[in-house]
Amino acid sequence: MMLIECPFCGPRDETEFSCGGEAHIARPLAENKISDADFADYLFMRDNPKGLFLERWRHSAGCRRWFNMARDTVSHDVVEVYPMGALPKTAAAKSVYNTSWRRDTAAEQAAKPARASQKQAAKARGSK
Amino acid sequence: MADNQPDRGQRGLPGGKSRYSAFAIAKNAASYHQDWQRAWRDAEPKAEYDAVIIGGGGHGLATAYYLAAVHGMTNIAVIEKGWLGGGNTGRNTTIIRSNYLWDESAAIYEHSMKLWEGLSQDLNFNVMFSQRGVLTIAHSEHELREMSRRVHAIRLNGIDSEILGPDEIKKFVPTINIDQSIRYPVMGGFLQRRGGTARHDAVAWGYARAADDLGVDIIQKCEVTGLRRQGRRIVGVETSRGFIKTKKVGCVVAGHSSVVAAMAGIRLPIASRPLQALVSEPIKPILDTVIMSNAVHMYISQSDKGEMVLGAGVDKYNSYAQRGSFPVPEHMLAAAVELFPVLSRLRMLRHWGGIVDTCPDASPIISKTDIEGLYFDCGWGTGGFKATPGSGHVFADLIANDRPNKIAAPYALDRFRSGLLIDEHGAAGVAH
Repeated sequence: MMLIECPFCGPRDETEFSCGGEAHIARPLAENKISDADFADYLFMRDNPKGLFLERWRHSAGCRRWFNMARDTVSHDVVEVYPMGALPKTAAAKSVYNTSWRRDTAAEQAAKPARASQKQAAKARGSK
Repeated sequence: MADNQPDRGQRGLPGGKSRYSAFAIAKNAASYHQDWQRAWRDAEPKAEYDAVIIGGGGHGLATAYYLAAVHGMTNIAVIEKGWLGGGNTGRNTTIIRSNYLWDESAAIYEHSMKLWEGLSQDLNFNVMFSQRGVLTIAHSEHELREMSRRVHAIRLNGIDSEILGPDEIKKFVPTINIDQSIRYPVMGGFLQRRGGTARHDAVAWGYARAADDLGVDIIQKCEVTGLRRQGRRIVGVETSRGFIKTKKVGCVVAGHSSVVAAMAGIRLPIASRPLQALVSEPIKPILDTVIMSNAVHMYISQSDKGEMVLGAGVDKYNSYAQRGSFPVPEHMLAAAVELFPVLSRLRMLRHWGGIVDTCPDASPIISKTDIEGLYFDCGWGTGGFKATPGSGHVFADLIANDRPNKIAAPYALDRFRSGLLIDEHGAAGVAH
């Protein structure tokens, strides 16, 4: 049984939450430009570590908001809870993020330039 | 499909010198049963094998046995980090059935069922296979309709399956509550009479003994710490008891598949989840079949010792802790008590969890990998026990011939790239 710290509501029983699986999977925006194998990395292949795991959770029977959580899959210790869109801050969770095979996939690479160009477009709009 | 009998392998009388029989019992009685042979040798790892199977559970031992019995590969080893059958083989609820929706699933689970039907004779070991029937209950109109679709699909594949109405169910299982006012009323169900249960430990022990008899080394307390590669091909296995040279490695490690795959730099679509089960104190016989309910994530049977064996659904988050969260069995027990009011005062004796390797399409992976000589048999998720003989049989064929046979081919890892998934969530995603 886990007591989970919802960043919006505080500590609540695990039955109030639903787990959304692996966090930080960026959708390749130019999906027609990458191979089926690379798209499978995004769609089906999952990190499944024995140890610290970065997951998305949702307080489905509470505030219904999503958040990220770094949890150990052996001890069930919650190391860190952090907002959607953010990266982990603790050293252990950071290292899990940086060393994940997913960071090197073509699928994730395909998501990045699109993001950069979005930012540029936003900047361009701002300067007008 | 129904007339295709699996190749059980060419060999003399199984059991070899220590063959079990009524005569052997009488003979050993004369020496006060002090001279029974060990069921299998406690082998030391050799420097090199033709193939190494990682994982000494039912599937791994079955693979080793069929490699030796069907394909004549006897210079092989099974390495196990704990003890034989100490993982999910010893933790499941022992249900066996082959009533799956899709043709690919029917092929492999029915292949397995046929092997079950002669397994005790093949192994000269009583696996206590009992074809007591498996009855799956529908709790809503929609579920019943979906069920009849499935029954027809199953029958088209030559597998026995029939729909029962609530009254027929009551006649078949007198202890069940078919009152329509309960939270999950019994609207009907479907029955596979050839389904049933087997003694899970005996399956591991029987395969181990028969494989050992054919010369397979079974090495317990030997943990894999790494897979050694030369370029894109496998050259050996690093273990806690030293390096073992081999050209072929078969990984059959269930919940730890992702961990072993990571040693070789391979990605799998698997999530490891706890699946829980409980047994009660033993009572007189009240249930002579297996009841499953997908809607309430409950399945129940009675063991030969009289214990009620209950299984729950998987937990909703990844874990390697071999224990589950409390709300899951609580939900299942509430439904069990409503369906079987006779259980309400029963005390539960033991409760445990096993780590199952769930796949996105609730079907297994039996596959070659991008690394030459490295094979995976995993992703059986919540329902691997029933497939033990069939899984071992086709996986042995894959390892021996380095190409999947007709039954194994649809289960290649490649299906997650091609999109040819075998979606069995309806039949497999929940209950076993």
